[in-house]
Amino acid sequence: MLNKTGVPTLEEIKSRFPKKGLLIKHKAITECYEEIPCNPCATSCPFNAIHIGEDINTPPKVDFNNCVGCGICVYSCPGLAIFTVEEHSDHLRFKIPFEFVPYPKQGETWHGVNRNGDIITNVDILKVSITEKYDKTALIEVKVDKEFIHDFVTIRRIT
Amino acid sequence: MRIKKHPILEFGEQTKIHFTYNGKKMYGYIGDTVASALHALGIRRLSDSIKLKRPRGFYCAIGNCASCNMVVNDVPNVRTCITELEDGMIVKTQEGKGNVYETF
Amino acid sequence: MFMKHFRLIIIGGGPAGLSAAKIAAESGVKSLIIERDFKLGGQLVKQTHMFFGSEKQYAKTRGINIAKILINDVEQNINMITVMKNTTVVGLYEDNVLTVLQGETYTKISFDSLVVATGASEKFLAFENNDLPGIYGAGAVQTLMNVHGVLPGEKVVMIGSGNIGLIVSYQLLQAGVNVLKVLEAAPTIGGYKVHASKLKRLGVDILTNHSIKKAIGKDKLEKILVSELDDKWEFIEGSEFEIETDALCISVGLSPMGNLLSMIGAEMKYISKLGGLVPVIDHHHETTIKNIYVAGDVCGVEEASSAIVEGYLTGLLVSERLGFRHKDFDNLYDDYNSQLDNLRSGPFGVRTLEGLQELRGERNVK
Repeated sequence: MLNKTGVPTLEEIKSRFPKKGLLIKHKAITECYEEIPCNPCATSCPFNAIHIGEDINTPPKVDFNNCVGCGICVYSCPGLAIFTVEEHSDHLRFKIPFEFVPYPKQGETWHGVNRNGDIITNVDILKVSITEKYDKTALIEVKVDKEFIHDFVTIRRIT
Repeated sequence: MRIKKHPILEFGEQTKIHFTYNGKKMYGYIGDTVASALHALGIRRLSDSIKLKRPRGFYCAIGNCASCNMVVNDVPNVRTCITELEDGMIVKTQEGKGNVYETF
Repeated sequence: MFMKHFRLIIIGGGPAGLSAAKIAAESGVKSLIIERDFKLGGQLVKQTHMFFGSEKQYAKTRGINIAKILINDVEQNINMITVMKNTTVVGLYEDNVLTVLQGETYTKISFDSLVVATGASEKFLAFENNDLPGIYGAGAVQTLMNVHGVLPGEKVVMIGSGNIGLIVSYQLLQAGVNVLKVLEAAPTIGGYKVHASKLKRLGVDILTNHSIKKAIGKDKLEKILVSELDDKWEFIEGSEFEIETDALCISVGLSPMGNLLSMIGAEMKYISKLGGLVPVIDHHHETTIKNIYVAGDVCGVEEASSAIVEGYLTGLLVSERLGFRHKDFDNLYDDYNSQLDNLRSGPFGVRTLEGLQELRGERNVK
């Protein structure tokens, strides 16, 4: 599937999530399934939570005990293939990378979109972060319904 | 058509410069190539194939393919995709292989 | 007549050429960079995306900013590095002389050593009416859009799902252009899947086993006819459909630009895995013509990250041969080689590694 359409299977997606119960705090989900020569996620992590090692073709492995969900890897990933997710009692919070103008604004409602490019829900924009250090990749924190934990991946402006 | 807003790049206030294209007054911006300025104005046909006169447009952008060759300031076969646009330039569509020093 | 002489001339002011000049300068070798465009940076100047690789090749820095770093490295060394822009090398001769064309003036310049870092050009694709205005190289569109801020059209179809096709499609979306489809003749996506996933979530479909049959339009592109391909890459009769589009981008790979090397009679080999006709080189990046070296895509098409490291390595080696050994030669030599090994060690690097083995005759070609 990934090879033909760019969409990973549900099993592949689930393999990147931590065990249940760990998502009480934001954790990085690295959707990097392929051996490509790249390691900025590992070298940018200040908490030594993402491991790639000597061979930069090795896909990243997250140490969820060390990961604090800060989001530095999210805007450092050249493939925009990392997001963080945090589980609350009645909703989820994601921090996703975003590189389109106009950027969303805090308090707005946008569409929630899945890996297939389909609109699946509406989401609330909680926070929009972009500083010099982010180098134009904004970090957007959104509130998403719980059922979309393995589906939600990005946002689209409501037109 | 030009980009107005872009997430990564900034195309701020640009300085307009003028040139002529087949006698008509045109404009572009500092930093344009002759070909990019013409393209932005919607001019797609930059040259014609020598034998069959088929229309040719912008293709490679690295001065390699000859599709954008034009007469600039009386010099034929100028690769307009790597030629910086200058104020007052005289740009013309080229006939065939072009005549060297056609004004002499 | 008095002829200008340089100890080292570098043809091409892209990532490989700029890097070679920097290390040569550090080693104590003065050089001349000759660039046919009116600016330095080669194709980095339009790469708005963050680079892959590791920090040593400026990973996670956008290509446009890597260009600034490499150009700045050269400008910091103005007493060691001379730059001629708007200048095309049109002749290369056996007595270490080349002819350049700058404007309407031809000049001869001589050298002790030469690094050819001319890069690669985009491959073309054969189909009916493939010369209509509105059909572009994907890289050319990237230049038009990201350097000049000019859009190619309103609705684009991309041919080819290698990294360039996928990245340029994403950048077209960032510029506000509608990308209708990415067509891929092979059964699977060619580039990094992270790029493919980025496009798919933005609603762009990548159609594998599909290609263009012909372009339709009078004076410019209006429509294309698309067909499905079978396992033998033959068009499937009856599967054709039309797409209305005003811009078609061709992204079917790059060919090394070794014309100057062919001109001087350097031994060339056709190695498909390296992109086409490439010069035979030794481990010092020297061609079969003494004192003529190569770096970057001209000796095998790879990512720009590799071109940067190859430039550094070649700058180091050519300087040593000229009698100027870099004070940190041994460490740098090992480091550059291990960086290249690392960049080429994954599944995407296998092609390059096998291609290089073929080139050196270490591998049987079937």
